[in-house]
Amino acid sequence: MSKKLLLKNDHIEGIRYLKTYREQGGYAVLENTFKTMTPDAVLEEVKTSGLRGRGGAGFPTGLKWSFLAKPEGVPRYLVCNADESEPGTFKDRYLMERIPHLLIEGMVLSSFALGANRAYIYIRGEYFYIARILEQAIDEAYAAGLLGDNILGSGFNLNLYVQIGAGAYICGEETALLESLEGKRGNPRIKPPFPAIAGLYGCPTVVNNVETLAAVVPILESGGAAYAATGIGKSAGTKLISASGHINKPGVYEIEMGLPVETFIYSEEYCGGIRGGRKLKAVVAGGSSVPILPAELILKTAAGEPRLMSYESLGEGGFVSGTMMGSGGFIVMDEDTSIVKNLYTFARFYHHESCGQCSPCREGTGWMEKILHKILDGKGTLQDIDLLWDIQSKIEGKTICPLGEAAAWPVASAIRHFRSEFEAYVQNPDGIKDIKHYYRLENSKVNS
Amino acid sequence: MSQTQENRFSPETLELIGKLVKRYPEGKHKSALIPVLHIAQAEFGGWLSAETMNLVAEVLHLQPIEVYETASFYSMFNLKPVGKCLIEVCRTSSCWLCGAEDIIDYIEQTLGIQVGETTADGMFTLKAVECLGSCGTAPMMQVGADYYENLSIEKVDGLLETFKKEEKQSRYC
Repeated sequence: MSKKLLLKNDHIEGIRYLKTYREQGGYAVLENTFKTMTPDAVLEEVKTSGLRGRGGAGFPTGLKWSFLAKPEGVPRYLVCNADESEPGTFKDRYLMERIPHLLIEGMVLSSFALGANRAYIYIRGEYFYIARILEQAIDEAYAAGLLGDNILGSGFNLNLYVQIGAGAYICGEETALLESLEGKRGNPRIKPPFPAIAGLYGCPTVVNNVETLAAVVPILESGGAAYAATGIGKSAGTKLISASGHINKPGVYEIEMGLPVETFIYSEEYCGGIRGGRKLKAVVAGGSSVPILPAELILKTAAGEPRLMSYESLGEGGFVSGTMMGSGGFIVMDEDTSIVKNLYTFARFYHHESCGQCSPCREGTGWMEKILHKILDGKGTLQDIDLLWDIQSKIEGKTICPLGEAAAWPVASAIRHFRSEFEAYVQNPDGIKDIKHYYRLENSKVNS
Repeated sequence: MSQTQENRFSPETLELIGKLVKRYPEGKHKSALIPVLHIAQAEFGGWLSAETMNLVAEVLHLQPIEVYETASFYSMFNLKPVGKCLIEVCRTSSCWLCGAEDIIDYIEQTLGIQVGETTADGMFTLKAVECLGSCGTAPMMQVGADYYENLSIEKVDGLLETFKKEEKQSRYC
């Protein structure tokens, strides 16, 4: 189960640089593609591969590409979403830091398929040092004729630039990202029109995640059918998982889709089990937005089947007993963890990151943070738990962009699966002080 | 609008801004606003005064309000003065699970300030920030463009001493 398509060379010294990357076979796929394939043939391979967007939504990449409008005389753009800001997610950072040329090669191939002659990598501002690494790699690629005019004599031109953001989770939402790239506030746009019709500067645009664009290289190396044959069912290929929290070996792991969750958590090849030999309490399997699951439901589905690392298996049971693959941000919590306190850090996060455009999200995220703060402070009531539930249900589905859902789902799932813990906080606040893992909030501050 | 002598971009910076603007199609120079605000913040003391933002507007041929609008949206732009060394400790889930609160408490005690404050000598500002994508190497803090990861109290102690000694300036660009 340790098939690697993206990180097969990440351990090689100097792989960050063009010379080593090429020695390891880098840009051979690009050369071969220019010699043997048309842009439409590339699109067909990506469709056949079954690749799904790796940023979190899991939308089929080939289908997204096929929506791109191609009016005469209007430029098209490819934008790489490197705004990686979903709590628990740090895989794109790893990939860009270690193998920047894999992303660049994937972007040249994708731009060729889409007929885009200008592309941007929009990277979160805090990843400033990685933007530098990318810029160095881009300079190397220009000098070697792998970017610019008439790339490798193919007649295809591409200019690629790095654009840094300035600290806004919402800019990971593709239309907010485009607003930000145009120099504006990162307020998501109302859709339709989708970026494929009117994106950057009103022109047809495809926005894809770093990992998605990098995956185009192995897809074209072995063919879409070979990629589709790896993984499991409609979860084709491999996925980068960012593993963090109370595990022995946090880090970025490339897994073949279909790996059992239990193997991922406990085997030495991956997370290496729970720190200090403690018990597993809960997992947030796909970044902060996805429903939290208690140990018994993350290891096995409600039907008793082993839970697998795939879009379908993680989603099995819907939101009653399942979760989502999301961005692959896998946060593990041991038996001593306060679910209420962890939820508070999420609620505070979403309140801070709400762009303020839609009132259910702007106001609701603030209320959820305040109520959770009150509960942690030992002043909550049973009605507050119901009120939290009510607020989250009134945000979900009532906002322009999915940040509303992202803020609501963690609250809903924590109450659904751990209601007794919330009740313990409000019914016996003084008792909680003495229990290590239910400890009360110190230095508590609410941002208003 | 009048500008003081010191509040002008250096010729090198103006050249850099000129290059940045060429990254975008004709007439789309507003796209350079965020990168230029980063440069301006680095050049003028780590924060964006109204005067600095007016200068950015002038250089990019934008209305000042367009610059304020954008600058006020993003958490990395400081609209108030900050210390020479801006310490940002991540506090979201994975970092919290791995002890970020202890790190924040320790820095507060050591520097004698609370989150959001600056030391009297203007050396340090402490902020608690949301997820910086360092969850696998938690807890962590960012100082300027640099990430400091897998923090422990001892490690933080050593870093604070070094920053003081070197008068570390936390600037991008």
